[in-house]
Amino acid sequence: MDLKPGSRWKSAVCDAEFVVVRPAKTPVTLACGGAPLIAHAHARPDGATPSADHSGGSAAGKRYADAETGLEALCSKAGAGSLSVDGRPIGAAEAKKLPASD
Amino acid sequence: MHTPLLLEMAADAAPDRPAFGRRADGLTFEAARRRARGAAAFLGGQGGEAVVFIGLNGPALPVAIFAAGLLGKPFTPLNYRLPDADLNRLLARTAPSVAIVDDDMAHRLQPVDGVMVVTRSAFEAASAQPANIDAELPWAEPDIAVLLFTSGTTGEPKAAVLRHANLASYVISTVEFMGADEDEAALVSVPPYHIAGVSAVLTGVYCGRRIVHLEAFTPQTWVEAAAAEAITHAMLVPTMLGRVLDVLEQTGERLPALRALSYGGGRMPPAVIERALRLLPHVDFVNAYGLTETSSTISVLDPEDHRRALGSGDAEVRARLHSVGRPLPSVEIEIRGPAGEPLAAGARGEVYVRGEQVAGEYLSRRLTDAEGWFATRDAGFLDQEGYLFLDGRLDDVIVRGGENISPGEIEDVLRAHPQVADVAVVGAPDDQWGERVAAVIVARQPDLAADELSGWVRARLRSTKTPETWLFRAELPYNETGKLLRRVLKAELAGADAAT
Repeated sequence: MDLKPGSRWKSAVCDAEFVVVRPAKTPVTLACGGAPLIAHAHARPDGATPSADHSGGSAAGKRYADAETGLEALCSKAGAGSLSVDGRPIGAAEAKKLPASD
Repeated sequence: MHTPLLLEMAADAAPDRPAFGRRADGLTFEAARRRARGAAAFLGGQGGEAVVFIGLNGPALPVAIFAAGLLGKPFTPLNYRLPDADLNRLLARTAPSVAIVDDDMAHRLQPVDGVMVVTRSAFEAASAQPANIDAELPWAEPDIAVLLFTSGTTGEPKAAVLRHANLASYVISTVEFMGADEDEAALVSVPPYHIAGVSAVLTGVYCGRRIVHLEAFTPQTWVEAAAAEAITHAMLVPTMLGRVLDVLEQTGERLPALRALSYGGGRMPPAVIERALRLLPHVDFVNAYGLTETSSTISVLDPEDHRRALGSGDAEVRARLHSVGRPLPSVEIEIRGPAGEPLAAGARGEVYVRGEQVAGEYLSRRLTDAEGWFATRDAGFLDQEGYLFLDGRLDDVIVRGGENISPGEIEDVLRAHPQVADVAVVGAPDDQWGERVAAVIVARQPDLAADELSGWVRARLRSTKTPETWLFRAELPYNETGKLLRRVLKAELAGADAAT
């Protein structure tokens, strides 16, 4: 899968949607709910659900980062599945809260 | 990442939250998303490769920004305060384009080949039409999000390029998604053609904070709107803040709903911020420093920094009240010398910045170097703790006999004099020194003498920094966003031999 910065993806097994913020240094497979993401324009197959190991949920507005490969994705729509890179679960990056400035 | 996705996300998360306008009759996030889609379908049918905006602040502004984004066409706001000839010249440069123009400004525009003019009322009506809202939009590759023309103080205005990737990076790395409480509202009074006018829309949407636009700034209308709409957040340039404080003092209004005021876009006179902190103790103050070319803010002095500085007995900590704070975690800032060499803490040089939000680009010219660093042309230094202090524009530095003298420091000293209402320090041509230091003073009393002020500066700074030329004026020239027009004063000093 071509995880270019700015490219949009959706989970094949839940409502979650993502946009790639930073690419991985090496080619990887990004999955949500245990199933590889599908391109945003594609239709989601019926009836699938997240696997038990990858059902921690994804929250809109959270940035998920993989320290190992540098991949970073922003969740643009929440869902029941959680992200993994080549099967390895990845967590939300801790964002520093900044005061409003504009 | 495409900036319309920011609105998309907000509308998914909080469709019924008020997004733009007054609480009584504003647009919700879902309504704003629908308007933006309707506007995009309408504008797409008008042709052109850019979406121009000539008009006052209001809900049509965010609708136009996101519609342009959906179409993949640069949003290009023009300064409606320019003289007609300059405005028409800029408009011609945007061709082929479609221009949204306030109804009462349309008569100022001459017909130009390749520019399709639509009035704001026609644009707003078309944006709300169901046929437009439900129309299928063509896929657009996100590229240039915004073109902003510089004020052109040194020649023909240049078009600064801000890409979707720059702006989206700024928003998602500095703003917590839906981080605002539902009752928060921001009052935006910077004009649409200013970077802060554009970035306020994007950051406001992403944090879920309602935006109330002030059509055009006056201190009275600002205070009235802030009180009437229970405004919690606002950004002001320093001259605006000073005038707002005058109104608050006169009327006794204290804006109890106000929580946070950010300021930037010019040097904040110490007396003004100290007065603001005393007058509005319930408000968090934030000093933000940024440039058009950096997608807005790159460093902030946060509320805690303000309080710590104000209450500190340590001179270095107290001085930070007059810094622009520390770089955002997502950008790097370096100070460099004339040969481009990085300088240590405390050393004065040019401010360089690097980060994903830094566009550093004009149409057909990229200004960032191979490593991504952008030279801001601002002079300054970093202290031991990484607080950034600015000394003004490098182009404003006075070079007197080989010594670099920053006007800001001298202006601060003069502004602290009880009889000085306003001051500008600029370089005047000098046969012996190349340049000499000149001060233009707005006095509170007509009998204020140059000797008195010379003595005042000499007692506080060394003698080479003491102005040798003194002019007294009823007021200083500012542009409408509060930037002092130093070039006007310099031209005057270069033209006429002033009294010394």
